[in-house]
Amino acid sequence: MTPPREPAGTAPTVLRLTDVVKTFPGVRALDGVQLEVRAGEVHCLLGQNGAGKSTLIKVLSGVHRPDEGRIEWLGQPVAFANPQAAMRAGIATIYQELDLVDDLSVAENIYLGHEPRRFGFVQRRVMARGAREILSRLGHGEIPVRRAVRRLPAAGKQVVSMGRALSREAKLIVMDEPSAVLAHDEVANLFRIIRELTAAGIAVIYISHRLEEIREIGDRVTVLKDGRTTAANLPARTTSTRELVSKMTGRTIEYVFPERPAAAPGAELLRVENLSRNGEFHDVSLTVHSGEIVGIAGLVGSGRSELLQTIFGARRPDRGEILVAGRRLTPGNVTAAVRAGLGMAPEERKEQALLLEEPIYRNMTLASFTRYATAGFTQAAQERLAAERTAAQLDLRPRDVRRRVRTLSGGNQQKVVVGRWLVSGGERGAQTRLLLLDEPTRGVDVGARAELYQLIRDLADRGVGVLLVSSEVPEVLGLSDRVLVMREGRIIHEASASELDEATVLDMVMAGSLMEEVA
Amino acid sequence: MSTQTGLSGEVAAQEVTGTRAQRWWRDEATEPIRRNLALVGVLVVLLLIGAITRPDLYSDPAWIRSNVFTILMQASAIGVVTVGMTFVIIGGGIDLSVGAIMALAGVWATTLETQSYGAGGMIFTAIAVGVAVGLVNGVLISYGRLVPFIATLAMLVAARGLAAKISGKQTQVSTNAEINAIATTRILGIPLLVIILALVVAAGWVLLNRTTFGRRTVAVGGNPEAARLAGINVRRHTMLLYALSGLCCGIAALMLTSQATSAQAAMANLYELDAIAAAIIGGTLLSGGRGTIIGALFGVLVFSTISNLFAINGMTTEDQNMVKGGIIVAAVLVQQFRFKSVTQFLSRNRIT
Repeated sequence: MTPPREPAGTAPTVLRLTDVVKTFPGVRALDGVQLEVRAGEVHCLLGQNGAGKSTLIKVLSGVHRPDEGRIEWLGQPVAFANPQAAMRAGIATIYQELDLVDDLSVAENIYLGHEPRRFGFVQRRVMARGAREILSRLGHGEIPVRRAVRRLPAAGKQVVSMGRALSREAKLIVMDEPSAVLAHDEVANLFRIIRELTAAGIAVIYISHRLEEIREIGDRVTVLKDGRTTAANLPARTTSTRELVSKMTGRTIEYVFPERPAAAPGAELLRVENLSRNGEFHDVSLTVHSGEIVGIAGLVGSGRSELLQTIFGARRPDRGEILVAGRRLTPGNVTAAVRAGLGMAPEERKEQALLLEEPIYRNMTLASFTRYATAGFTQAAQERLAAERTAAQLDLRPRDVRRRVRTLSGGNQQKVVVGRWLVSGGERGAQTRLLLLDEPTRGVDVGARAELYQLIRDLADRGVGVLLVSSEVPEVLGLSDRVLVMREGRIIHEASASELDEATVLDMVMAGSLMEEVA
Repeated sequence: MSTQTGLSGEVAAQEVTGTRAQRWWRDEATEPIRRNLALVGVLVVLLLIGAITRPDLYSDPAWIRSNVFTILMQASAIGVVTVGMTFVIIGGGIDLSVGAIMALAGVWATTLETQSYGAGGMIFTAIAVGVAVGLVNGVLISYGRLVPFIATLAMLVAARGLAAKISGKQTQVSTNAEINAIATTRILGIPLLVIILALVVAAGWVLLNRTTFGRRTVAVGGNPEAARLAGINVRRHTMLLYALSGLCCGIAALMLTSQATSAQAAMANLYELDAIAAAIIGGTLLSGGRGTIIGALFGVLVFSTISNLFAINGMTTEDQNMVKGGIIVAAVLVQQFRFKSVTQFLSRNRIT
């Protein structure tokens, strides 16, 4: 499948990290990292949440300065004072949350900070021509360079980010989970671009939680655990999954989904009838029973997130009914939905779910602190206890629930978001009966995923109904009892998960919608 | 799994050990306290400057005692307003109309008609006007979706206009002995105005730190979308925050009226700026989601101490205003850049 590539063994080393250490108050984020990247290779970085990948990227890109250790770039020891210095030296970073300016044009974003100038005026025409050239080099000459970045789909934004790296003549591009925001066919295009970059001698550090991607695109793998390099320069294609996972965790785990219970699901919890929101989804009808996990498979833009938000009351439906345990739910009212026992983990955890400056426990009890309160007075000690229990249940790291959420890694932040609806099942008041999960494992590593899957199943076994949305078909198939396939705002198929296979679902999900994703 | 967790848990525990003092300096939970300590330091420095420039006055303990009360009394009305302002800013908003609301409440409470109802009528009127105007702000912002800056700016103009119309641009003298006595009464030697300030600050602290209302305020200001998706009624809460600010303005209007034994449309001029500056100097994030009542109180005290410093040295209000502007900038600069790195510097030195 993959075209044969010449071994990178002969290429010169461009980047070498030796014993790099970075500490933050109370945390040794990097504790002796070794990394060696050669020109023209795709070097994959693997590690669980909190292993230090994010910190390592920030050290490379000049955001943080290491406390100890050496960084050699093109044979010279370097210490980047700021991100601009790293960029000037030829290291470009494409972050998970793309750092584009939404209201500037594609060309302006590509040349941001180093616009072609004459007499202090930006040469717009030169800039547009250059941007066009770069985009066609990336195989996306069709992206209009004058269009505001806001109007591009996620994949287009990523191409613009890479264009920016090229415009800086980067010799090393660090990509932090670039595939996380992409649909299946867009990932193939990303890989094509990466191959062209490496063929031109550009080195790529590729971070992903998807092992199959690493096998497809990667040359060598370096594994981090607890801020240390546990394995360096493993061959990406031939190292076994078992070995990689064991280097990440120090234990061998299987990437498995929990067993489905033999018992049939209980009473009907949620009934949605002919729910529609113009331009988003149409005539959606579905049911979720107590103890049942219902998965919605669909691409980004298929209307699945909008559907979940509408059920939760965050959007007002144009038509249709939502019934929870037989009672009609007030549409467009989150408070009513929460009171009825609904909980949601939204897609964008930082923008939609977290108070980053607040402690973990207050984030966990954000939907339930009033239930712990007596006569309007909060009971912080009780909240902390409840949050500590949930943190233990979720294997949250670090465990101290008084820490600010900002200091947590992405995967642990996601645990806090899910944990919010587990805490809600406190001793008194309405418990969460129905959990709406929008991409619950985005940016979550293999080990933590298995835990999350088990957790979701445990909740279902306790009688909670789960409605789950995911772009990853295996996840939907492996975790759900029943699967709904969504395309272009409509539910086009419904079946028990055991009757479906990945290829069939992928085919249904993608057929006919490719054009829309591109446009 | 469990052994893994246990191990890493232990490692984490070891990393944060050290003496109590070291942990205290590094713990992010104590950051607001460190910030307030810095403000106390500023106050001490200001008092020292006073003692150095006027040793003749500071050699008299009786004068020092009365001067402290002078500073506190000067801080009382603006302090009450700042408590409300701090809530609004933490909640992600801003209230530019506080001075105007005070003027309207003060004028409305001192019309001949209102005064005929006695002290109770005047107190009720001032507070009712404050809350009502605050509610109008809140409704415009929450349900009319006006930007807080614009809504309260419009209210600033409109409320002062109404106050001028009601008073006929005249100074309205308060003839009510009980209202006028608020400013002169002392309980156990402490001026009643200072006691009111202390009560409002205490109530504000409890409200922010110990109640669901306070928790909602932080959530709504820190991330309104997250608050909404957690089932918090963001609009209603935002509205209540402006009503709370209005309530504080009503109380402060009475305090100011009592001090002057009169009210007029121009009273409490530029109080909005003083209150915002005090809140920000006290560590409240202008973008919302973070702030402390105690810090805001210290912010107010710093300002009134500076005013006092100028007064005892016989300098003009013009000089005061120029220096005040500079101090606002300097204080915020220090808090944003220097102070944080100084604590980091200190804690790093202690580790090695």
